[in-house]
Amino acid sequence: MQKKIVIIAALLIMTSLVPAASQIALGQSETSAKSSTGRRGPELPPQVQKINELIGQSWADYEMKPSKKASDGEWCRRIFLDLVGRIPTVEEYDAFVRSRSKDKKSKLVAELLYDEKYVEEYARNWTTLWSNILIGRTGGTERNSLTNREGMQKYLRDTFARNKPYDKMVFELVSATGTTSPGSEKFNGATNFLAMKVNEEKASLATAATSKTFLGLQVQCTQCHNHPFNDWKQQKYWEMNAFFRQTRALRRFTPGTRNVSGAELIDQDFAGEDNEPAQARVFYELRNGETRMALPKFVDGTEIGASGYVSEVNRRAELAKKIVRSEYLDKTIVNRTWAHFFGYGFTKPIDDLGPHNQPSHPDLMDYLSGEIKANSYDVKKLMTWIALSDAYSLSSLANSSNRDDDPQMGEVPKFTHFYLRQMRAEELYESLLVATQAAEARGNYEAQERMKTQWLSQFVSQFGTDEGDETTSFNGTIPQVLMMFNGGLVKQATDIKNGGFLSKVAGSRLNEVKKIEYLFKAAFSRLPTKKEANILKETRAAYKSEANWLTDIWWSMINSNEFVFNH
Amino acid sequence: MNIPRGMSRRHFMKHMAGASALAGSSFAMGNAIKANAGDLKKRRKSAILLWMGGGPSTMDIWDLKPGAATGGEFKPMSTAGDLQICEHMPMTSKVMDRMSVVRSMSTREADHGRGRYYMHTGYVPNPNMEHPTYGSVIAHELASQRPELEIPPFVSVGSDAGGPGFLGMAWAPFSVGSNGQVRNLGLGLETERLLKRQDMLRLFGSNFAGTKFDADLTKVGQVDRGISSKEHMEVIDKTWNLMTSEQMKAFKVNQESPEVLERYGDNAFGRGCMMARRLVEAGVPFIEVGNGGWDNHGNIFPTLRDNKLPIIDRGMSALVEDLTQRGLWEDTVVIWMGEFSRTPRINGNAGRDHWARSWSVAVGGGDIKGGVAVGATNEDGTRVITEPYSSEDLMASVCKGLGISLNTTFTSRNNRPMKIANSGKIIKDLFA
Repeated sequence: MQKKIVIIAALLIMTSLVPAASQIALGQSETSAKSSTGRRGPELPPQVQKINELIGQSWADYEMKPSKKASDGEWCRRIFLDLVGRIPTVEEYDAFVRSRSKDKKSKLVAELLYDEKYVEEYARNWTTLWSNILIGRTGGTERNSLTNREGMQKYLRDTFARNKPYDKMVFELVSATGTTSPGSEKFNGATNFLAMKVNEEKASLATAATSKTFLGLQVQCTQCHNHPFNDWKQQKYWEMNAFFRQTRALRRFTPGTRNVSGAELIDQDFAGEDNEPAQARVFYELRNGETRMALPKFVDGTEIGASGYVSEVNRRAELAKKIVRSEYLDKTIVNRTWAHFFGYGFTKPIDDLGPHNQPSHPDLMDYLSGEIKANSYDVKKLMTWIALSDAYSLSSLANSSNRDDDPQMGEVPKFTHFYLRQMRAEELYESLLVATQAAEARGNYEAQERMKTQWLSQFVSQFGTDEGDETTSFNGTIPQVLMMFNGGLVKQATDIKNGGFLSKVAGSRLNEVKKIEYLFKAAFSRLPTKKEANILKETRAAYKSEANWLTDIWWSMINSNEFVFNH
Repeated sequence: MNIPRGMSRRHFMKHMAGASALAGSSFAMGNAIKANAGDLKKRRKSAILLWMGGGPSTMDIWDLKPGAATGGEFKPMSTAGDLQICEHMPMTSKVMDRMSVVRSMSTREADHGRGRYYMHTGYVPNPNMEHPTYGSVIAHELASQRPELEIPPFVSVGSDAGGPGFLGMAWAPFSVGSNGQVRNLGLGLETERLLKRQDMLRLFGSNFAGTKFDADLTKVGQVDRGISSKEHMEVIDKTWNLMTSEQMKAFKVNQESPEVLERYGDNAFGRGCMMARRLVEAGVPFIEVGNGGWDNHGNIFPTLRDNKLPIIDRGMSALVEDLTQRGLWEDTVVIWMGEFSRTPRINGNAGRDHWARSWSVAVGGGDIKGGVAVGATNEDGTRVITEPYSSEDLMASVCKGLGISLNTTFTSRNNRPMKIANSGKIIKDLFA
């Protein structure tokens, strides 16, 4: 008897008060698709069922049982982080958990994606993500950089606020002309993607970044030689490179100074490296010293006119047209989006789709690629399908059959449970603001972004190579823990005297138990387990002041793995 | 802030005791094992990697080809060792009786990212496996020689040192700038509150991970939430140790006299080398000091002569001299290398491009012999004409120089046995 109670108590801790009702075991493959339809009402898009079917099939193939479902609170925290880049507020959490609606998940996804009140946060989140993809975390922060970070963000914010189709965004980024800085004549924020990538080294950065980001093709190694592990050949690299050779980024100066205020991205006639503009070729050297030449030719082998005169052939515009018609475009955005929600894509790295790197779920990747194309590249639809899938609803706790499904251990992901992952630095920043309700008074968008960039800069360093590589020391390191222990942002978040979040909780009429519950909802999107509540209540006696007690609990919560992980 | 040793948290713990969620969680603040400290010090080995990011042109530094079409502008000069090096390394030439050069490195990775990974790990990049970097491997192997160490065993000073791979975040590099300032170090709380926070944090951490932990974080039962939830707790413990440690003064390079700083060079690399020596003295087994700017596709000779070489010459020679004077040279291996080298052919921009087929690294200290040139390249530097050596071979030799057994085997996370240094072979001529 005694023993049994202990076990129950232990279970309570382990499951962190997962409501019994949501512990519905998932069946496998077909049955799961059917039962989930019954449970959620008929309006689930067919794409969700297809995802469930294909992922369920792979669970059966690997003989793994998926984990049980995540609690409503966990799922709610997850979807807020993934769509709008922050954890839910206590009010948002309460609203979702209390709702008895059968399709409350669909409703929340739709709300976060389409409701007026989340437009700004949605756009901010995806602007941050895509800024990092397109120009890196440090792009535009260097002195006299040609990249204007605000210009890039302005373009992306508009793109995501209006839900511009993905193919249109790619076309604009690849073919953009105009100036980089907001407020300047001919401003076009899309130019910031290429502004720093075309002038040096025969536009090698532009060649590599465009291929990798939009087509999932890693070409940088083949600049100097045929790569042994890569299907790409050196010739293909230079054929791709030839598309960028009409393009220049011209410096623009702040009037009366020698400070670079930005750049103008232009296309001008290219004479070719042997000065024959009608047949404007680029030359490269094989390892054995032989010289070869290349004209623009797309990865699928299709060619465009050889002329270097922009009036006859605008090479970059031609390239953009070819890219948005390529099946690699579809696969790349599917893979990238899937990886965003699950932490792992169908390939690793996600932007390497070459034939040497076989995807883990080729059927699913192909299916979703077809669907995104058929749905006019509406990425919000893709997000909806993924977010409502069974795989996305699973707990991050493994069970006895799926413990080995851990990509961190070098296994191919099977998506039988949610993979724990550190919040991105930006997510943590925004979440700290939410958890402490410091978000209200923080100036206009540009000022907010500048503050965030400044905060992030302590974790980002550049390698100082010609390829603009950068690294972040953010994830799970001592400097990160030190920042969370002692940094200004957390100091502010745990300051009980400043009239902020904690002082409101402390000064409220809630009793001590309810105060703890409130903190749990704010930090963890759940209620404390009985055990946790009891332990914390006992600790109260060790404090003279309630304020110190609450501060220490709150500080410990913010610093815990449960807070800093998306789970 | 310094927590008095021996102070237990019993005061607070008694309120938590009934809870048993913190089974045996009285982990010590700091690993104050003082016994036999003298003995341990004698056996403590360390390594310093001077990382030349971007790929330095080693035929302009360590393996000159005067007279060859590819030879470039520099002349060789004699040294205290049995080899010649570049004329623009005069201070280093005086310590070349202690350093050796391996002139027959031959590798295949000529992309920055891939090369950096390969030279740091001994493995080519593999999407399904993260291999531990030099510092993680060596810190992991040598940490048991210094149980008294409270600061991280692997420090990276302004370098991109790579990651701990399957060894886990506890072996990740601790990155600092060359000024030695560590941000956010002070909590400004009294000890008692600190200890309370520590316990609460532990409570939340183990609940989430879905397991209980012993004092030393050995898991009791399966970690169902995944390895990273446990690693986060380990890093937090390391952070507590570091915050309360006297040993943090090793980072304070400004405690050195102006003369010493002048000798090392008052620049990021010089200060980094100086800090490396301080950290070795404090017992840190691995320090990586970064120096970038070697990706010289254009205008290479003035850049090397006026900028890069004077800094390296000063910092590296000061480090070797200083370690020798303090009696640490026999226990400290110093490695100088980049991710690859540069083409013997000089390009149209008076620069050299990426080249991995034939190049040099410099290494010395510990059990490694000084003053020799190992291996050779042909007359224009385009080919290795003796036995070629790889990243694995270099790593194996560094391990031998530190007394680390080459039979050491790790188990990767998918339970694959991984031999240390990827089964590299020892470069025999580096040993007496």
